[in-house]
Amino acid sequence: MVSLSAFAFLFSELVQYNQTRVDNIAELERRLEDAGYAVGARVLELLCHREKGNRRETRLLGILSFVHSTVWKVLFGKVADSLEKGTEHEDEYMISEKELLVNRFISIPKDMGTFNCGAFVAGIVKVRMGYDLAVFHWLFVTSISSNWPKLNKLLFLEKGVLDGAGFPAVVTAHFVPVEGQHRPRTTILIKFAEEVLQREARLG
Amino acid sequence: MAAIYSLFIVNKSGGLIFYKDYGSAGRMETNDSLRLASLWHSMHAISQQLSPTVGCNGIDLLQADTFDLHCFQSLTGTKFFVVCEPGAQHMEGLLKVIYELYTDYVLKNPFYEMEMPIRCELFDLNLSQAIQKDRVSLFGR
Repeated sequence: MVSLSAFAFLFSELVQYNQTRVDNIAELERRLEDAGYAVGARVLELLCHREKGNRRETRLLGILSFVHSTVWKVLFGKVADSLEKGTEHEDEYMISEKELLVNRFISIPKDMGTFNCGAFVAGIVKVRMGYDLAVFHWLFVTSISSNWPKLNKLLFLEKGVLDGAGFPAVVTAHFVPVEGQHRPRTTILIKFAEEVLQREARLG
Repeated sequence: MAAIYSLFIVNKSGGLIFYKDYGSAGRMETNDSLRLASLWHSMHAISQQLSPTVGCNGIDLLQADTFDLHCFQSLTGTKFFVVCEPGAQHMEGLLKVIYELYTDYVLKNPFYEMEMPIRCELFDLNLSQAIQKDRVSLFGR
């Protein structure tokens, strides 16, 4: 258990550190996502061993509810507020939270537009989605990274890592305004790749 | 009928970083408020030197005919002071609450630069809630 204040300061430093190294907001979001990715990879190794007895998720709803309950419980001490299926597109799902823990003390300045520090959490979720293949890639990559650090970076960050055995998806964090509430709700939008849906359909 | 007329937050070098006024009495222009803040900062510092008691930390309370001024200085030198009506109670407690809000919503915000004017939405929101609660409990007494 770590104090909330300690974490808040650390996260604030993480954001500030990255802010000085990027040219625009999209890059900052990307960096936060990558940081979350690194966290996610480690946390989920642990979770799969602890909670699920090394069983692998193959169904879409299975993995979504795993993220929504187990992962959220371990990271934030509670299950996520809601899990919804997108109405416009078949491949979209949303995990919503009234106030993301990482955003609790953060006020985004007006000139940053729609930037959301929840990109960090989006990165964590993204890892879960591409877990299985990512594990193999990660092990593979870390074993050769000492020789070829550049290659390590490329493999780890490229979308290609997530293809295949996992559930490759594009994961982003958004603010959704809610009436009757000053602060907008935060939604993590998960858009699955085509092959995931096809596989789901095949599995029946 | 507000107990508080205005709130000032002054950084450690004497510059005004936050000013909010409640109520029409004592409403000030930006330049005037800046001047007042640095004036108070200097007076506070001088009083520490002039004080006959040892270990004085500066002025805590200034009482005048038409207003009271309560001041709280944090360990880092940031001063929070509030101008209120004479005889207003529990301002010290309120200042501590405001200090806590400052540490939460301003210092933990990655987009806030130290010693710069405070432009944090969450701070403003929680501050008005705290003042509101204070007002409500004032009428309740």
